[in-house]
Amino acid sequence: MQATQQVGAAGHHEDDSHGHGPTGLMRWITTTNHKDIGSMYLMFSFVMFLVGGAMSLIIRAELMSPGLQYVSPEFYNQMLTLHALIMVFGAIMPAFVGFANWMIPLMIGAPDMAFARMNNWSFWLLPPAAILLSASIFVPGGAAGTGWTLYPPLSIQMGMGMDMAIFAIHILGMSSIMGSINIVTTILNMRAPGMTLMKMPMFCWTWLVTGFLLIATMPILAGAVTMLLTDRHFGTSFFNAAGGGDPVLFQHIFWFFGHPEVYIIALPAFGVVSHVIPAFSRKRLFGYTSMVYAIAAIGLISFFVWAHHMYVTGIPLTGQLYFMYATMLIAVPTGVKVFNWVTTMWRGSLTFETPMLFALGFLVLFTIGGLTGVVLAMTAVDIQMQDTYYVVAHFHYVMVAGALFSAFAGLYYWLPKWTGHMYNEGLGKLHFWLSMIFFNVAFFPQHFLGLAGMPRRIPDYAQQFADFNMVSSIGAFGFGFSQLLVIVVVFQALRGGAKAAARPWEGARGLEWTVPSPAPHHTFEDPPAFDPAESEA
Amino acid sequence: MARNSHKNCSAMHWRRGYAGLLMAGLLGALSGAANAAWEINLQEPASALARRVYDLHTLLLWVIVVIFIGVFAVVAYSLVFHRKSKGHKAADFHENTKVEVAWTIVPLLILIAIAIPSTSALVQMRDTSQPDLTIKATGHQWKWNYEYLTGDAAGLKYMSVLATPRDQIENKAPKGEHYLLEVDRPLVVPVGKKVRMLLTASDVIHSWSVPAFAVKTDAVPGFLRDTWFRAEKEGTYRGQCSELCGKDHGFMPVVVEVVSAEKFAAWAADQKKTMAAASEDPAKVWKLDELVAHGEKVYTANCAACHQPTGQGLPPVFPALDGSKIVKGPKKDHLDRVMNGKPGTAMAAFAAQLSDTDVAAVVAYERNAWNNKLGEVIQPAEVKALRGK
Repeated sequence: MQATQQVGAAGHHEDDSHGHGPTGLMRWITTTNHKDIGSMYLMFSFVMFLVGGAMSLIIRAELMSPGLQYVSPEFYNQMLTLHALIMVFGAIMPAFVGFANWMIPLMIGAPDMAFARMNNWSFWLLPPAAILLSASIFVPGGAAGTGWTLYPPLSIQMGMGMDMAIFAIHILGMSSIMGSINIVTTILNMRAPGMTLMKMPMFCWTWLVTGFLLIATMPILAGAVTMLLTDRHFGTSFFNAAGGGDPVLFQHIFWFFGHPEVYIIALPAFGVVSHVIPAFSRKRLFGYTSMVYAIAAIGLISFFVWAHHMYVTGIPLTGQLYFMYATMLIAVPTGVKVFNWVTTMWRGSLTFETPMLFALGFLVLFTIGGLTGVVLAMTAVDIQMQDTYYVVAHFHYVMVAGALFSAFAGLYYWLPKWTGHMYNEGLGKLHFWLSMIFFNVAFFPQHFLGLAGMPRRIPDYAQQFADFNMVSSIGAFGFGFSQLLVIVVVFQALRGGAKAAARPWEGARGLEWTVPSPAPHHTFEDPPAFDPAESEA
Repeated sequence: MARNSHKNCSAMHWRRGYAGLLMAGLLGALSGAANAAWEINLQEPASALARRVYDLHTLLLWVIVVIFIGVFAVVAYSLVFHRKSKGHKAADFHENTKVEVAWTIVPLLILIAIAIPSTSALVQMRDTSQPDLTIKATGHQWKWNYEYLTGDAAGLKYMSVLATPRDQIENKAPKGEHYLLEVDRPLVVPVGKKVRMLLTASDVIHSWSVPAFAVKTDAVPGFLRDTWFRAEKEGTYRGQCSELCGKDHGFMPVVVEVVSAEKFAAWAADQKKTMAAASEDPAKVWKLDELVAHGEKVYTANCAACHQPTGQGLPPVFPALDGSKIVKGPKKDHLDRVMNGKPGTAMAAFAAQLSDTDVAAVVAYERNAWNNKLGEVIQPAEVKALRGK
């Protein structure tokens, strides 16, 4: 009953909101609507995903067989650097900000984000940064060829492409900080009456913690790259031993940002999965409270483990031991999350629509990535794996199969709410199975390559690595081209298809399902009454 | 109807073509297997420490495989038996303190159990005290310099550079057995002795790594790091630079030859003799053609990777030397650039890497090669005079 009233109210507001404001392109440039901005974030991130993906295919083409075939070593280094920067800052992070924009106001019953105009600015900072980053390929000397970690002194040697990357990172950082201040403020202040923090949807919890991680770490990254900039052009010696600096100092600062960054990407992914698994299990999340504590614990511990990326830099034994123990500790709250998802499915009433398939794919593959993470945490063993393909395999299991699969789960889950149409289930399932199979063909053999000693970031390799590299490249091409199905699925759903009900998924909970599909341009202008039955808690 | 079947037919053709392509790829991959194993584990350990690391990894692998199977057996059971399509109704239970405490404590205990062997292996790994032999390795873009500080070969110092010919890398010649893992002069060490490696670099961060010894430590410019190994068996062990260090990062192998103590002593004596014989007379006055001939060798070993054998460089990062302002300008500026490098670029200070004769020869070569025909001679004495400044 409550829900029906809400629908009526939302529908009413929709009527008088049209006809205002600019139309066409200007509508998108000037919009302050969280749904419009969310859609723009998602589209931007998908375009960047294709750009970064094309770069990874250049890498995999070169690595298909030993010898140099298609690109020079310099260009290869530029591709691997831009692939990572674009995927991390251009694809995955904006994708989850897009989900946050679309879904957080709908989930908490708010009319929009807290700072609607700043929201517009946060988004429109992204395209100039993306252009700076991508265009750096074409300047003299090419893009930065240092890897996304930008370690000096190598990054001091680079041409102006490096400076463009530094400014792009500054701009992306500003966008992220503004976006996260907005999200944190919205979550803390604009929840529907009755929705206490401990009844809030899990996706909001993951974003609340992520928001704080971003606000804390992005300025650190900005500081690190600014020091690079002044070392490059203004005669400072932060990272130059000859001037009293230390190249390894950069690594400490970078990873103090870089490790929380991993969870900035992973936590919202956990949030999405924590909605999808209960919905298709038709059962409440098993341990809401312990999930919240686990998220908070992961967020906190992520600040104290950074030097596990630096085991071979010569940090002292006591440092290695401390960072090993602290890193192992993260496995505990992460385990709690996995066990919770597993127990949520236990004795549920399971169905396997595309969102659930992607969530299950996430669960299996993210767990593999987490377990190889435990192996890597062990310093003595990590000495063998550091800077080999084992690490490449590990973080792609966490980043691609973790974050990306979760993003697809969210896309299929909420697409009916956004477009008002059901997507093509057959194509969705095809997309999942192709992704699942080719992802493993591409990345599982990389564990073997790493164990056998193949270093990462090399354009050419010894012949004993040839076979698995060929397999991996075949998988990468399969995976890459399978992603084009998303375009077809989304366009079909935008243009038509079966009408989606307000709550298209039988087991879905949350205020977002109380508004009609597609969600009207303006929703919850009056705060809804929050029914605890809509909560996972 | 007919049209339809025609369509199907071409689709089938296409599919068959595609399958053929896949098969060809597969066969290609399999034929590759004839000369290379599908290696799926760590390399065969060649030291007690490496064996310890190998065993530790095996233990960890079993632990994670068992955990994975345990967790996903539960998931698999749910996926099969708790489906809606089988009419399973969702139970309504959540939050169980006992279960939640258990799945926090049990992983913690497992972690503590695996932390113990990891800690003791790590403590052993970091103990570089009381070495039998100390060698300093300096990473340069893109080669290693080895300097024996103690032992039979004390004082010996040489560069170790990739020996794989360019033709093999560019696929113009068949690849050799140790493609990209071979050097002109390997590091030679005696078997059974504790070798302590001191590591540093001259330009960017490199990483010295030999998987068979479970050794990997970064070489950081301006700092000294150390690590150690004790090889158990004679033989040749191969590794690679393991920190991205610029364009030829993939072409900077580490090769260690482990020989008996007698062979090592003989090798050291022989090397010292050669070194003495080759030791140059800095007062020697060179003629242009012999200087240029020697300079070409120095150029090929040290300069050609960036400035290219043609002197055309890879502009704008690696400038051309053919017709360059500095090369065609005053001798003094040219010597200064070669000896002191250009800070903030990949141009290293070669004064530390090359002898007076080598510097004189390579500068003379550059000033007389390609279209630079300046006809100038530079004597080692001139370089020596500049060094003091």
